[in-house]
Amino acid sequence: MFIINCPFCGEREQSEFKAGGEAHIVRPKQPTELSDDQWAEYLFMRKNIKGVQLERWNHAHGCRKWFNMVRDTSNDEIKAVYKMGEKPPIE
Amino acid sequence: MKNKYSIFSLIKNAFSYHENWEKAWKDPTPKKEYDAIIIGGGGHGLATAYYLAKKHNMKNIAVVEKGWIGGGNTGRNTTIIRSNYLWDASAGLYDHALKIWEGLSQELNYNVMFSQRGVMNLAHNLQDVRDLKRRTHANRLNGIDAVYINTEQVKKFCPIINTSPDIRYPVLGGTLQRRAGTARHDAVAWGYARGADEMGVDIIQNCEVKAIKRNGDSVEGIETTKGYIKTNKIGVVAAGHSSVIANMAGLKLPLESKPLQALVSEPVKPIIDTVVMSNAVHAYVSQSDKGELVIGAGTDDYVSYSQKGSHDIVEGTLNAILELYPIFSRMRMLRQWGGIVDICPDASPIISKTSIKGLYFNCGWGTGGFKATPGSGDLFAHTIANDEPHKLNAAFNINRFVSGDLVDEHGAAAVAH
Repeated sequence: MFIINCPFCGEREQSEFKAGGEAHIVRPKQPTELSDDQWAEYLFMRKNIKGVQLERWNHAHGCRKWFNMVRDTSNDEIKAVYKMGEKPPIE
Repeated sequence: MKNKYSIFSLIKNAFSYHENWEKAWKDPTPKKEYDAIIIGGGGHGLATAYYLAKKHNMKNIAVVEKGWIGGGNTGRNTTIIRSNYLWDASAGLYDHALKIWEGLSQELNYNVMFSQRGVMNLAHNLQDVRDLKRRTHANRLNGIDAVYINTEQVKKFCPIINTSPDIRYPVLGGTLQRRAGTARHDAVAWGYARGADEMGVDIIQNCEVKAIKRNGDSVEGIETTKGYIKTNKIGVVAAGHSSVIANMAGLKLPLESKPLQALVSEPVKPIIDTVVMSNAVHAYVSQSDKGELVIGAGTDDYVSYSQKGSHDIVEGTLNAILELYPIFSRMRMLRQWGGIVDICPDASPIISKTSIKGLYFNCGWGTGGFKATPGSGDLFAHTIANDEPHKLNAAFNINRFVSGDLVDEHGAAAVAH
């Protein structure tokens, strides 16, 4: 368990949040043009990084807003939190 | 040839105070080159090596393990074995494993303490009842023993369950697979390691893979903490770290690695002689031969490699356990731990060739790989040796995420695996 600093509500327990998986996966602009391989890539393939990863989170039992997070998955340390549509603060 | 374990070898060694037992496996330094290398010395990896040597006569092979054998998810699971899966492909896969389990201690000359104590799955609402009945019918069509039982029969089979109709999630019925049960997880790793070692397989511990060397579209070796090893066949059985290994080869997998927790209580006298699983309230419990209650909790929903999970997951499971078994209310928990499980989008495993020649993956077992250990090893060995899948694992190819031919066992299995 860890504490998450919601950009809208401040620090809350992680159990209030829902993880939304890898961030910045862009929805296909022209779905009808996509090949099966491209669909598989979009729908299923994940980086699943051991280390610093960019993720989406939702404050499900709070403000219910979505935001992004930079987190080290090897020790669950949160490096930064940033709003949807913003550029990740670290590469 | 290793000394056979028997009552006589036990008596003989008693005279020397059990200090002169032959080592169950050697501690070799890696050779320069192998015909095949298995990455990951858990149950599945060791079983793969065992069957490669035994059934496919590949003896110049090695298992490389980052830590010690059986120290990952093999030693962290709740040891439940069953085959009552809904879909034909899964039923074939898991029942193949169950059939091998039934003779495994004899085959390995190693007591894996396989105990067919039955696995009972509970239904707590009308949809559960329908789903469980449907699954029972599907199981029986696939030749798997399964029966649907009512609340009275549940109570008779496991008297400590609270079947009162006024609890939050009352027990409306359940299913029973009598051939299912448990085994001793460490013994499975050790038994396969001993068997593989006897046939000449090198089991190399404390040897972390750092890179996979490719030559165009095929593999040619691995870089490890114990130096470079040449090979043109690599079988990856790295569980939670599968994506990390895949990344070394430039592959991307449809996996997410998440913490799954389990816990055991202080040891008590025999109180529950079966395995009871409940999908709706997510609680499952059995009792080890030492007397500890073995309790499985759920996964966290975020990616993590930290081998620890959130407290609220354990709390949720224990709430459910206490409602179903009020008798456990004063039990104290001894240990709690987490393992990192690699979950596929369809909750079914991948036992497959890849787009890179000589690179094979056995992964995606998610929260339920232990039960499949012997079958998984057997089928993966077949896939590596023949460069073609066996008919039982053909459906579990990696290409199903492109073709859309998924084996959707989410919720279709008896419990969340």
